[in-house]
Amino acid sequence: MAAKTLTIDGQLVSAEEGQTVLDAARDAGIHIPTLCHLNGIQDIGACRLCLVEITGSPKLLPACVTKVQEGMEVQTSSDRLRRYRRMILELLLAERNHVCSVCVSNGHCELQTLAAEHGIDHVRFEYLSPRLEVDLSHRLFGMDHNRCILCTRCVRACWHVEGAGTKNVAGRGIQSRIISDLNQPWGQSETCTACGKCVAACPTGALFNRGATVAEMQRDRTRLEYIVTAREKSQWIV
Amino acid sequence: MLLADLIRIKEQELAGRKPFVLRVCMAAGCVSSNAEAVLAALDRAVKDAGLESQIEVRPVGCLRLCCEGPLVAADPDGKLYKKVSPEDAVSVVKALQGEPAPVRTGDLREPFFEKQFSIVLGNSGLIDPERIESYIAADGYIALRNVLRDMSPADVISAITKSGLRGRGGAGYPTGLKWSTVAKTKSTRKFVVCNGDEGDPGAFMDRSVLESDPHRVIEGMIIAGYAVGAQQGFIYVRAEYPLAIKRLQTAIKQARQFGLLGSNVLESPFSFNIDIRIGAGAFVCGEETALMASIEGLRGNPRPRPPFPAESGLFGEPTLINNVETFANVPPIILQGPEWYASIGTEKSKGTKVFALAGKITRTGLIEVPMGIKLREIVEEIGGGAPEGAKIKAVQTGGPSGGCIPASELDTPVDYESLTKLGSIMGSGGMIVMDDTTNMVDVARFFMDFCVDESCGKCIPCRAGTVQMHRLLTKILNRQATESDLKTLAELCELVRSTSLCGLGQTAPNPVLSTLRFFRSEYIELLQPTKPSPECASTAEKKGAPADNKQVDGR
Amino acid sequence: MESKTGVRQETSGSKVRESASEDKRFKILETQMKRYQYRQDSLIEVLHKAQDLFGYLDDEVLTFVAQRLKLPPSRVYSVATFYHLFTLKPQGQHTCVVCMGTACYVKGADKVLAALEHDLGIKAGETTSDGKVSLVTARCIGACGLAPAVVYDGKVAARQSSDDALGVTRQWREHATGGSHTH
Repeated sequence: MAAKTLTIDGQLVSAEEGQTVLDAARDAGIHIPTLCHLNGIQDIGACRLCLVEITGSPKLLPACVTKVQEGMEVQTSSDRLRRYRRMILELLLAERNHVCSVCVSNGHCELQTLAAEHGIDHVRFEYLSPRLEVDLSHRLFGMDHNRCILCTRCVRACWHVEGAGTKNVAGRGIQSRIISDLNQPWGQSETCTACGKCVAACPTGALFNRGATVAEMQRDRTRLEYIVTAREKSQWIV
Repeated sequence: MLLADLIRIKEQELAGRKPFVLRVCMAAGCVSSNAEAVLAALDRAVKDAGLESQIEVRPVGCLRLCCEGPLVAADPDGKLYKKVSPEDAVSVVKALQGEPAPVRTGDLREPFFEKQFSIVLGNSGLIDPERIESYIAADGYIALRNVLRDMSPADVISAITKSGLRGRGGAGYPTGLKWSTVAKTKSTRKFVVCNGDEGDPGAFMDRSVLESDPHRVIEGMIIAGYAVGAQQGFIYVRAEYPLAIKRLQTAIKQARQFGLLGSNVLESPFSFNIDIRIGAGAFVCGEETALMASIEGLRGNPRPRPPFPAESGLFGEPTLINNVETFANVPPIILQGPEWYASIGTEKSKGTKVFALAGKITRTGLIEVPMGIKLREIVEEIGGGAPEGAKIKAVQTGGPSGGCIPASELDTPVDYESLTKLGSIMGSGGMIVMDDTTNMVDVARFFMDFCVDESCGKCIPCRAGTVQMHRLLTKILNRQATESDLKTLAELCELVRSTSLCGLGQTAPNPVLSTLRFFRSEYIELLQPTKPSPECASTAEKKGAPADNKQVDGR
Repeated sequence: MESKTGVRQETSGSKVRESASEDKRFKILETQMKRYQYRQDSLIEVLHKAQDLFGYLDDEVLTFVAQRLKLPPSRVYSVATFYHLFTLKPQGQHTCVVCMGTACYVKGADKVLAALEHDLGIKAGETTSDGKVSLVTARCIGACGLAPAVVYDGKVAARQSSDDALGVTRQWREHATGGSHTH
């Protein structure tokens, strides 16, 4: 496989052909924020946090689905990008009810970490404060729609890693919701294998193990990558 | 079927023509105003008068002056009867014999028609859209036969490139370049897709073309299939257009019977099929990657590009997507030559554009004009200006992705670049005229409401950003907003435009941006007088970590 | 897949099949799916047909479609709720669609809608409690030359005022059954 040389934030980086800008940057120790990306599952370029500037491209491009090219010049953290990222995070915080102090993922939440990283001390937008439910019908797991950011990592883990097809997105736009089967209580799902991959994939406190209380919900996010690597490459990297 | 057969059909059809023809508009607008009953009444009146050998009553597609429907055009005397009722039928027939007609009568030489230039609508209102013979009599499928007999796929692409045709869906991407990319991508399976998901509120050009001249679009698609090496085509039409769907179904069936679709088109080695796919009410499906997802039976979620459909499109195969009007331009370009086509329009925008003219204007309907015509000519001469002494304030083009062009800029020529410079876009062809009673902030909110409703929800800036913009616009309209809200609104516009995944989100701020640019005073007038320190007051409430001052609702 | 979920699928599957044999409409739907060779990409076409037959898409119909096309129920539900023309709730005897396209909007469609909402006591997208009238809005029906346009039981009416619209819906509510030719 041919190697490609590119510049990321002024630093010369070599990458494998077919690698994404995000992977190349991470290999080189350059941090690009992400939310909908999770190692091991298919990328969809939806959260827009990993947008980068590429010299010669009039548009910002998502690092997670943009392939490296020879001689590419990438900017990952200009003032403009930081400003946009901050606003995107603020939009998320205002969209549903992200109450860190009573959240199972407090201290282990990707959204919370990113908000701190971007110095968000207030949200300039009006809180939409929707009334959303918590589904506690499953014997092992719970789903709190108040914390969901619709990154669809759970859906992709359920479809592409487990293959059960239990989770999906219903509705559209601001009305979108994560559902199980025909939008019935999760515990009544006939397709769910109770494998817990969706819970492992969730970046926030939306999906959790039952019984977890405030700040207790920690998850091993490398688990899905482990399974996928094992399946695709017959390598069990423990 | 061979050329000889096409010519035989054409001659038979022409030989059967009668000296007088009454063309009855059967497009959706007139059908809504009872045109079917008018057609039946005219048939009866001709029969009762014993004039069946003299007068043909022909159901046709759009006669364009929709505001005056039901419309009936009379040949050869060039009269246009307006708001015809079934009771008028007898006098319309008598008028053909020279008797005075007590029916609202116009003339096909009115400025509304005189200023227009027809390529795409060339057959519209003249032929019977439900009979393939009627299309063949107007030289239909001759371009296809010329292509299959005399031209290589590369010749066809070169002709389209030379013509300067650009995509009529809105963005104006050079059609020849698109065709050539698909042709060059190697694959055993390729697709041609016709985008008929005309979702802009206030636009009905594609519907009219499909209702008035469906074979034209089919012929364009077959030629495209030959040029790029595809054997399967799909036409994606909105479910809201039942008449267009019905006529397309009829047309495809007839084309199959005549050997124009299926294996060995016109007895050549080339095979091509077309299937219809019906939308289910999602504006975002007009975006090409979302449209392809919908054809695959999925949610209409767009995906990032690259890869572009030309490399990896429908079912992962190379796919050519053009809209209805683009395909309808293809047969005339082949028949009359790319040089002829390139001689019409401006340097960078060739040919004509069909617009649906509507809103606060005297004459509304469907128009086709050469590129480069001034907006003023369209609004004042073709459209007849604002009714009853009202004053035109703005012209909206491009629907929710476009902008409002103020009356002061009416001398702008209609071409892709000029409209973009004004913060609007050519769009697919909706043109809504607004008068001085229209509140521009309200218009901006109307479009934002549309975008909130139509956002697919996949990417955050569009899903949540449009909602926040809508809230701010509502706040402004309710006179509760301050200067800092206006600043936040502008910041959001920039964010959503720069970071959204697809065209819907990237253009959603356009109606706000263009009204902020040209009608800023209307926003300012609605703002609250600045308080001593509004900044401190509003941030104090939200101070602290986003969550700390909030409570989870009881459960 | 077979061994683990097979049992549960069997139970719900037999439930659908039982009622399907009683209801001719399931047979028609099945024929339609056969015509599409049970291709998964025909899902939207199949849902259109199902809604034509049943008026709306309830869990039983969605489950039936999912089983026949070999799709997980979540996919069918997800697609059915993405597109606005599909409805999961029963509709009223009559449907009144107010076009809210730009041309209709600038010519006062919002006022017509407000009058209807007020008079019927429901919001757009809802059905009156007597099950008589469903009030719907459309994003442009393409009759811009006739603005503002309202569609009464599938028939487009041009240049409607609030009074015109109220006249039709009041007549619907007064008569228990009323034909489709209302205007």
